[in-house]
Amino acid sequence: MEGLRWPREGLTRIPFWVYTDKDIYAREQERIFQGPNWNFVALEAEIPRPGDYKRSFIGDKSVVVVRAKDGAVHVVENRCAHRGLQFCQLHLGHANEIMCPYHQWTYDLDGSLIAVPFRRGVKSQGGMPAEFSLADHSLRKLSVARRHGVVFASFSDGAEPLEDYLGAPILELFDRVFDGRGLKVLGYSRQLTPGNWKLMFENIKDPYHASILHVFLLSFGLNRVDQPNRVVIDAKGRHASTMTWRGEQKRTEANLDMRSLIEDLKLNDPTMLDPVREFERYTVCMTTIWPNLILQQQSNTLAMRQIITKGPNAFELNWTFFGYETDDEAMTQRRLRQANLMGPSGYVSVDDSEMMALAQQGLGPAPESAAVIELDGPAWREEEDHGVTESQIRAFYDYYRKVMGL
Amino acid sequence: MNGDNAYRTLGPRDLRLELEALYADYTGCLDEERFEDWPGFFADPCLYKIVPRENFERGLPLATWLCESKGYLLDRVQAIRKTSVYAPRRVRRIVSGIRIIGWSGDVLEARASYAAFETLIDELTRVFNVGQYHDKIVVDGGALKFREKICVFDSLLVPNSLIYPL
Repeated sequence: MEGLRWPREGLTRIPFWVYTDKDIYAREQERIFQGPNWNFVALEAEIPRPGDYKRSFIGDKSVVVVRAKDGAVHVVENRCAHRGLQFCQLHLGHANEIMCPYHQWTYDLDGSLIAVPFRRGVKSQGGMPAEFSLADHSLRKLSVARRHGVVFASFSDGAEPLEDYLGAPILELFDRVFDGRGLKVLGYSRQLTPGNWKLMFENIKDPYHASILHVFLLSFGLNRVDQPNRVVIDAKGRHASTMTWRGEQKRTEANLDMRSLIEDLKLNDPTMLDPVREFERYTVCMTTIWPNLILQQQSNTLAMRQIITKGPNAFELNWTFFGYETDDEAMTQRRLRQANLMGPSGYVSVDDSEMMALAQQGLGPAPESAAVIELDGPAWREEEDHGVTESQIRAFYDYYRKVMGL
Repeated sequence: MNGDNAYRTLGPRDLRLELEALYADYTGCLDEERFEDWPGFFADPCLYKIVPRENFERGLPLATWLCESKGYLLDRVQAIRKTSVYAPRRVRRIVSGIRIIGWSGDVLEARASYAAFETLIDELTRVFNVGQYHDKIVVDGGALKFREKICVFDSLLVPNSLIYPL
């Protein structure tokens, strides 16, 4: 990474090489995704019974989240300890044990190796050396943290307790959605965006664009900076949240700059957007949790957006939409209808995925140049009472640079 | 075709020809980006969904697109024309292997394979979305219309954004 120097302006610049450089990407995998951080991997509702498993990802590495017979949740790397095969190829499944198809090395649901074919040879010939110990060849086991039905994992055993990791203000927003009620998974959406993974975080950490880009959002008053906004950032800068309240669809002095606002925009079928007040205070709360999760609450649509890196120039966004076990049919229907706002066809989120692709196209050939993050700058604070700010992005890179040694 | 009953009495060969014409008109309308005409291929009430196979097979109700009425279809057209911000593209759809499942009362059930190809500026045309149409068709005003059209796609990962209908 020689020759890569952060611009001297510091917090208000992001050099474009962070989005494309292969060595940077390799260091991110090592220090961030395999570092002492809690990565979102599953909802417990996806693996309710012993033997249920879910295939997930942390950075480039595939992992399997397994419910053991005693109800515990284990997370193991999806790579056989023998020859490195990725043994699990289903998003969701059920098994009594984990077996690699190649040579049938067999593991318990916690990842411990329990059997190896021909261990003692055949007719006294061949076989494993006498000193071969099953205990030395388990699947790589990850640290696991669970809270109110959400499963996080870490390749490192050095992560802080999850509650300390999130910090009080973010934990409070996490518990607002995950209050201990049983969850009900409504379905998945997966999209592959030709942009660097950090662009996804920047997009959510940027309430500025929502009032300008999203004609749909701002015309219907779902999220606009002339409405009350609140931003919180954890003390280290790594997690953040933007909260807003729904406003009216009308032109005022405060939104004159929002040229895209269409005052007479109407839905031909308004049942799509018929939100009910479900949570205290904010109608929108978008929380980014380092290093791979966006927790989305927009009106009544709830989703985990898991970021999966696919090289420096692409990422997969894996959306898990959910509701609560206590939801009645009308509430489930409402969540499914409002899901039209989100995902790879979302009335709102399509604009974002398209902009991220354009960003990567523009910045890719310009590693010598940098993004300008001046709005409400040049510093960042842990709390703001407005959304006309890029402070969450500055905070993110403040922390990122420390972790990356940049 | 005259009268709603005329379709019911068609032999399999003629019915197939009618369906081929319906699908050709449908994809032609979309390929030529005459989106305003698209809701006209549906009966009222109607249901249109685009669903990843993993949700469909597991009985998970989430759709990538959910249109529960003609109004929803019109709202999607409004988004394409007025509110969504996206890079220019061409999408071309090929429908093949139309299978007639049969009449159930007034509803004709059919399935077909589809493939959609997407062309973005500076890029070669790519396979964008491949799947199966699960269709329920009725005779409405003397013409075949979709009462229900579910596009179940195999390629679970959507290449960035799905903006135009399938």
